[in-house]
Amino acid sequence: MPLVDLKVWRGDDNGEYISYLVEYDEGEVILDVVHRLQSTDAQDLAVRWNCKAGKCGSCSAEVNGKPSLMCMQRMVNFTPGEEIIISPMKTFPLIKDLVTDVSWNYENARKVPAFSPKKVDTDGKHRMQQVDIERGQEFHQCIECYLCQDVCHVIRDHPENKDNFVGPRFFVQIASVNMHPLESASQKPSALYGFGLDYCNITKCCTEVCPAGIKITDNAIIPLKERLVDDKYDPVRWLGRIISKGKSGK
Amino acid sequence: MTDYEIEEHEYDVLVIGAGGAGLRAAIESLAFGCSTAIVCKSLFGKAHTVMAEGGMAAAMGNVYEEDNWKVHFRDTMRGGKMLNNWRMAQIHAQEAPDRVLELEEWGALFDRTEDGLILQRDFGGHKYARLAHVGDSTGLEMLRTEQQKAASLGIKVFSECTINRLMVDKKTNSISGALGYWREKGNLIKFKAKAIIIATGGLGKMYAITSNSWEGTGDGHAMAMMAGAEMVDMEFVQFHPTGMVWPPSVKGILVTEGVRGDGGTLRNSTDKRFMFNYIPEMFASETASTEDEADSWYEDHSLGRRTPDLLPRDEVARAINSEVKAGRGSPHGGVFLDIASRRSPEYIQKRLPSMYHQFKQLAGVDITKEPMEVGPTCHYAMGGIKVNAETAQSSVNGLFAAGEVAGGLHGANRLGGNSLSDLVVFGRRAGKGAADYAKNTESFLPIDQIEIDKAIQNMMMPFDNSNGENPYTIHKELQDSMQKLAGIIRTEEELVQMLSKVEDLKKKMLSVTVEGNRWFNPGWHLALDLEFMLTNAESLVRAAIERKESRGGHTRDDYPEASKKFGEINFIIKQVNGSIKVEPRQSDSMPDELAELFKDK
Repeated sequence: MPLVDLKVWRGDDNGEYISYLVEYDEGEVILDVVHRLQSTDAQDLAVRWNCKAGKCGSCSAEVNGKPSLMCMQRMVNFTPGEEIIISPMKTFPLIKDLVTDVSWNYENARKVPAFSPKKVDTDGKHRMQQVDIERGQEFHQCIECYLCQDVCHVIRDHPENKDNFVGPRFFVQIASVNMHPLESASQKPSALYGFGLDYCNITKCCTEVCPAGIKITDNAIIPLKERLVDDKYDPVRWLGRIISKGKSGK
Repeated sequence: MTDYEIEEHEYDVLVIGAGGAGLRAAIESLAFGCSTAIVCKSLFGKAHTVMAEGGMAAAMGNVYEEDNWKVHFRDTMRGGKMLNNWRMAQIHAQEAPDRVLELEEWGALFDRTEDGLILQRDFGGHKYARLAHVGDSTGLEMLRTEQQKAASLGIKVFSECTINRLMVDKKTNSISGALGYWREKGNLIKFKAKAIIIATGGLGKMYAITSNSWEGTGDGHAMAMMAGAEMVDMEFVQFHPTGMVWPPSVKGILVTEGVRGDGGTLRNSTDKRFMFNYIPEMFASETASTEDEADSWYEDHSLGRRTPDLLPRDEVARAINSEVKAGRGSPHGGVFLDIASRRSPEYIQKRLPSMYHQFKQLAGVDITKEPMEVGPTCHYAMGGIKVNAETAQSSVNGLFAAGEVAGGLHGANRLGGNSLSDLVVFGRRAGKGAADYAKNTESFLPIDQIEIDKAIQNMMMPFDNSNGENPYTIHKELQDSMQKLAGIIRTEEELVQMLSKVEDLKKKMLSVTVEGNRWFNPGWHLALDLEFMLTNAESLVRAAIERKESRGGHTRDDYPEASKKFGEINFIIKQVNGSIKVEPRQSDSMPDELAELFKDK
């Protein structure tokens, strides 16, 4: 078997890149090679993985600087002799080696509004047309690899924004609830405040790295921004807000 | 011994596993007012359920009005070669439609019929198009829906936390708690619980070619048995007929049965649709005998009998195995699965988007233009913890099980699509069963400190050992030998060889040595999982030796026929004084009104 020069981050923030020469087969992916390394020269190498088919979003890392799933990077796409550098995702605190602390995402998951459906038809069933659910189905393809969060410069370069910004993954989730044909409550634009939508300046980095091919910027973020802005600057609604504030005596 | 600091928690109901069954169980338990927590080995939302592709079987009758729970029940029993726990099969068929609607109520977006109802697709062994689905990523839809529901209810989740031992009060044969470790730092964690629900999924990681992820080490199976629970049907392992065979990176990864449900056919190297040569007598009257008949069945089920490509999985897996052995396989040792010549590229991309991308990105194969290469892959454990059909309680008081880790529903072979519905039907029942039990239990039982100390010593052993083999090597040896000696086709001689292999590996395990420390150390995690895999391998092999016949997911070359005698026996596997025993037990017979369904057909 040929050898590949793999340079892997080892340790925590005080760690370093260590080079390993690892055997590989052309039909393998980066994750296979990392596993071979793990079963030979680096047995305590920390790496997350589950499905190995791009469906669970566990093996996110930065391969030669590009945020990607290690299970979807085929060895055949690298030049023989090329050094491959594998780093943990930069945006999240490092735990060890290639494993980062992604708990911030789970905190955000609890912040976004839950789905609350309309009543069923008289026969106990919901009816929806296929054409009306396709956008929602696109959003539901998210595998929560958090590569979109990793690449988003709002938080990648400014961790201080994490308190006020839920990130592209959760804009997708908000959009999926908001645009669900059966959603009853959170379609109110007021449900869109407080998640930091305005921090996003639509550079589309998230869309580019999404392994599920979700058009995050075009299909989720921009429509949400439009709904928000529509509400804020609609003169009738603006007047309505003034009047209702007056009535409530504030 | 060293004193280890142990973090402690108390919950009425503790759920181990955060897949489709565990989540549904936790949601139900919470709804009954019990303090409930979930523990899972991976990050929350990564459970193996996301890998389920084709759909969720439920007789809703949206596509074929003739469908109802009785037909689904009959299909399930026949698919399981009549060895199923009939009551579980009945409950499953009756309750599955409500569980589909419940997921929709929680936000799931299933594909639709023209009337706007939930669309259903054809699958192996199901008489009517019955699988509610979302393209070919139904498991992801189910898991995410339940995950978001659980998050909205504020259920406490201990993620990347592995349970290593169940604690039992021996005097009363009742569960008292569990001990485990955080994967991140390796520090210990103890739970006191009135009831525990095992929902840990499968055990396929003991085979070399498998669709299971690293998590499928059968922890729940083994821990429950060590805690005294009875296991059932452990000899039955499903080899899914269509796993990818090439390139090496994806060997074993699942190719959904939906490909055949949506019109794809299996062909050998001579381009022949070989399944027509493998129609067993049991299904002959319901299966098409010519290609024309099979193709018209796809258009309308009243125009012909169903295609043999959609026979139950055990039949198809054996047929592929035979074709390859006879030298009619594909270049990489599988057979061809062709949908390209039968359906339009638009249709294929619409119905099977994830298969399209999987082959395109990982194998460089465009499935709208060329056939796939596929072969059997270890996929599912039919056997598992023996449970009460109504409550999902095991033979240990307060210990419940749901999903793949529970045995009984699927008998000797599971039909595709019956797993996702199983998860939510019995997940819900286990949640209620555990909640009822917890409410009737006044106080937490004490946990025996001696047991805790023993467990800790066992967990730390791989660091104390020196000069032993590394866990990866032992694991690989187990996988290769199980694949070779206890795979799709089995013989007494090879099974006995496997048994001594297990003994040999158990000895190696006692001196397994790991590098590094407890800080996120996958080598150590695997070393601890080895005990579970070896325990399950032994259960499986011992039961397989006893079943001297061929049935469903258990094919014996030395006993190629099904026998009437074994058709009425389930094997119970349990640990007695530290060693694994297998005993035959007469299966329950079903009431007359259900038995009626199998006559004259």
